[in-house]
Amino acid sequence: MAVLKKEFHIHKNDFFRAGEASISIKNLLKALGIRPQIIRRVAICGYEGEMNVVMHGGDGKIIVEICPESILLLITDNGSGIPDIPLAMTKGYSTATEKYREMGFGAGMGLPNMKKNADSFAIDSVVGEGTNVRMGFSLTSKKE
Amino acid sequence: MKNRQGKPSVEELARELGLEIVAGEKGSGRLIEDGYCGDLLSDVMGNAPPGCIWITIQGHQNIVAVALLREMAAIVIAGGFTPDNDTVLRADQEGIPLLRWPGSSYELAGKLHAIGIKGEDPDKGK
Ligand SMILES: Nc1ncnc2c1ncn2[C@@H]1O[C@H](COP(=O)(O)OP(=O)(O)OP(=O)(O)O)[C@@H](O)[C@H]1O
Ligand SMILES: [Mg+2]
Repeated sequence: MAVLKKEFHIHKNDFFRAGEASISIKNLLKALGIRPQIIRRVAICGYEGEMNVVMHGGDGKIIVEICPESILLLITDNGSGIPDIPLAMTKGYSTATEKYREMGFGAGMGLPNMKKNADSFAIDSVVGEGTNVRMGFSLTSKKE
Repeated sequence: MKNRQGKPSVEELARELGLEIVAGEKGSGRLIEDGYCGDLLSDVMGNAPPGCIWITIQGHQNIVAVALLREMAAIVIAGGFTPDNDTVLRADQEGIPLLRWPGSSYELAGKLHAIGIKGEDPDKGK
């Protein structure tokens, strides 16, 4: 059972606030005394997930659950969904628009980064309905 | 120019190399532990070391979020690019030093390397 649960809203194309939710989560984990190595990985996953909702998804939210032995990040949106998940997970694959690419997004590294930095990673998506990404971080993990 | 720990602060470095501090002066006492260059945000997000000085040509305000999340010491906008007004506002709010360098990223990285900011990957060869 979660000891602490927080929810943050993410809005499509809202660049001004993009990253804010992950920054709040990072500050929360810091205040709770979570190890910096774990905070670093949660921050990467939160940011990449948040940016994907802003850029490709729709409106959505990011939920963080802090349990005695783990942290859970759940990122959901009601956007267009992902037709081919293995393809989307491929390093370098991106459908980012020219405008986003000019801003340095669209390397096609966000989802691979998330998978690499979380201790558990699951994604499901329905075209036309939205996408869910669920990531877990063990508080006893030795992963750097 | 280096302090006891052998690492320059942002302010010391700016003075030494002639970098212009555009915003976030509040944080200019931070020590520079390492360096990173990159313009692709998910590469920087995944690989920039904590406490680094980050050289980029991106000037939009999302770079401040990246710097905060990666616990960077400072951001340098190279290549003569100018940060957006929102970027300046946010860097001031958050106390993340935002600097400018008129030359290329490569040139500045070379200067940083020469004064001992090596940016070597601690995982290399593992
Ligand atoms: N929430 C989402 N909704 C719809 N499509 C998505 C979502 N997240 C990812 N995608 C699709 O998966 C692709 C790959 O995502 P990934 O995060 O790996 O790269 P990117 O966002 O395109 O670029 P980067 O993250 O490197 O800036 C995206 O280009 C997009 O087509
Ligand atoms: Mg992405």
